[in-house]
Amino acid sequence: MEIVVLVKQVPDTESLIEIAADGVSIKKQDIKWVMNPYDEIAVEEALRIREAQGGNVTVVSMGGQKAIETIRTALAMGADKGVHINDPAAEGSDALATAKILAAACKEIPFELIIAGHRAVDEDNYQVASGVAEFLGIPQISMVIKAELHDGKIKCQRTIEGGTVTVEAGLPALFTTQRGLNEPRYASLPGIMKAKKKPVDVKTIADLGIDPAAVGAANRKVKIKALNFPPERQTVRMIGGETARDRAAELVRILHEEVKII
Amino acid sequence: MTQGVFVITEQRDGAFRKVSFEAVSEGRRLADGLGATVTAVVAGSGIESIAGELEKYGPDKILVADDPVLADYTTDAYTNVIAGCVQTVDPALIIIGASVQGKDLAARLAARLDAGLAMDCTAIKLDNGKLTFTRPMFGGKIFADVEIESVLQIVAIRPNVMDITETSRDCVVEKPAFQVGEVKTSVVEKSMDTGDKVELTEADIVVSGGRGTGGKFDPIEQLATALGGAVGASRSAVDEGWRPHSDQVGQTGKVVSPGMYVACGISGAIQHLAGMSTSKYIVAINKDPEAPIFSKADLGIVGDLFEVVPAIAEEVKKIKS
Repeated sequence: MEIVVLVKQVPDTESLIEIAADGVSIKKQDIKWVMNPYDEIAVEEALRIREAQGGNVTVVSMGGQKAIETIRTALAMGADKGVHINDPAAEGSDALATAKILAAACKEIPFELIIAGHRAVDEDNYQVASGVAEFLGIPQISMVIKAELHDGKIKCQRTIEGGTVTVEAGLPALFTTQRGLNEPRYASLPGIMKAKKKPVDVKTIADLGIDPAAVGAANRKVKIKALNFPPERQTVRMIGGETARDRAAELVRILHEEVKII
Repeated sequence: MTQGVFVITEQRDGAFRKVSFEAVSEGRRLADGLGATVTAVVAGSGIESIAGELEKYGPDKILVADDPVLADYTTDAYTNVIAGCVQTVDPALIIIGASVQGKDLAARLAARLDAGLAMDCTAIKLDNGKLTFTRPMFGGKIFADVEIESVLQIVAIRPNVMDITETSRDCVVEKPAFQVGEVKTSVVEKSMDTGDKVELTEADIVVSGGRGTGGKFDPIEQLATALGGAVGASRSAVDEGWRPHSDQVGQTGKVVSPGMYVACGISGAIQHLAGMSTSKYIVAINKDPEAPIFSKADLGIVGDLFEVVPAIAEEVKKIKS
């Protein structure tokens, strides 16, 4: 099975995010950059499928020079090769433009299956994977917690509110991962050593036949006008009282009489 | 001519999801400001009889797409049908609820229609005919104000945030001709939670437990039941295997915006705060007075959750009886 995994480098979820002086971007220094947690699950799933069925796992990522770290992480986990779309003209692309670029990269790789995280935990757009599927004209199944392949088809259990549904599609197809699908492995030391020798193709958007006038920060359809911190809450009101029962009674009285939520 | 507001509603097994009413109400509010009309669409199988339930939220027109193929949601069938309706109506703005289904559909639709999409928005502002959408990023650590520069704008609204408003208005119901087109996916099985469990992302009250529970969620469940709310969990509680992934609230779990969020034995790691900071009212119970959760809470109690939480449940029952 030829599998493509889409990965993105994002700030670690424990990072404190600060707004840069321009007011529309974040301060990029002092942040620990990691592979998007849902993409780790995607890499792991691809490796498990390859281990069961053979084939190749190619990781594709778009980003500046630093993004190579995330590709190397995936290679160290066991992926076979990488494609790094590194082009200043693509920097700051919105979700739709990013999907166009990634879809163009996927077209150059023989694939039967594409796996991606259901969202990246930076912009939280939930859009790129769906866009890639649309531009490639293949079916998508999102937020998958179980995937089975047989007879040229994929059957995925996906989470919805209050339950799960199982969806079947013919290959080629794309699915996105949700927590619960697997526990991603850590890269082993030999894996890290091997990753250094694995091939990574570096591509510009011109290599992919993408018009620079359609992508990048200047051509975003969704323009960020301002970034703000969430509104501050008033200082917490601590409830005193001798016993747990006293404190509980006072809390419920406030919620009932003052806040009127109970 | 491109104009008007188009609202994509969501029903499951013949029942509208609450975010649909939020979306139609918000559509009406914006259309009034823009001097435009609201067209709402409902898709499904055997759902013609429920379409009228949308009327009281003020659409001018309701489109019903009824077909056995639409009985269960699949991305391709729904995208084909809804994109067809959008092309006929030619709206300037599409509003959809950012539920699991809504996010999936909105993303595919945006790519199909080459339209900018503002996902999971918590507010929409209309100023001199210009729309500004507010959306959390980095799991709610940052809120972005965004504008969409394509002719067609799509906004997915976060469930449970925007008001439901009733209004009386003349409304026509139409059954447009539509093409289901090529469908490459099919739903082969559904497994829904039994009982009357309240869905986390739609609950008015969420009671969550963290590491402080030590895995004993009985008091959390009892308080949730007393309050008529849903049970949530922190990532550490899920990582320990105490609760299923579907209960996780946080940056790598579900994002909730209930009327009240009760955090029990949760220290308040940054990635948990990201999943609940848009809650309208936050109560924290923790034995550590220095726990970061108190900096995000409206009301706090320092104490042992195994004493405090059951006592709260008792008091709630007293008031409700």
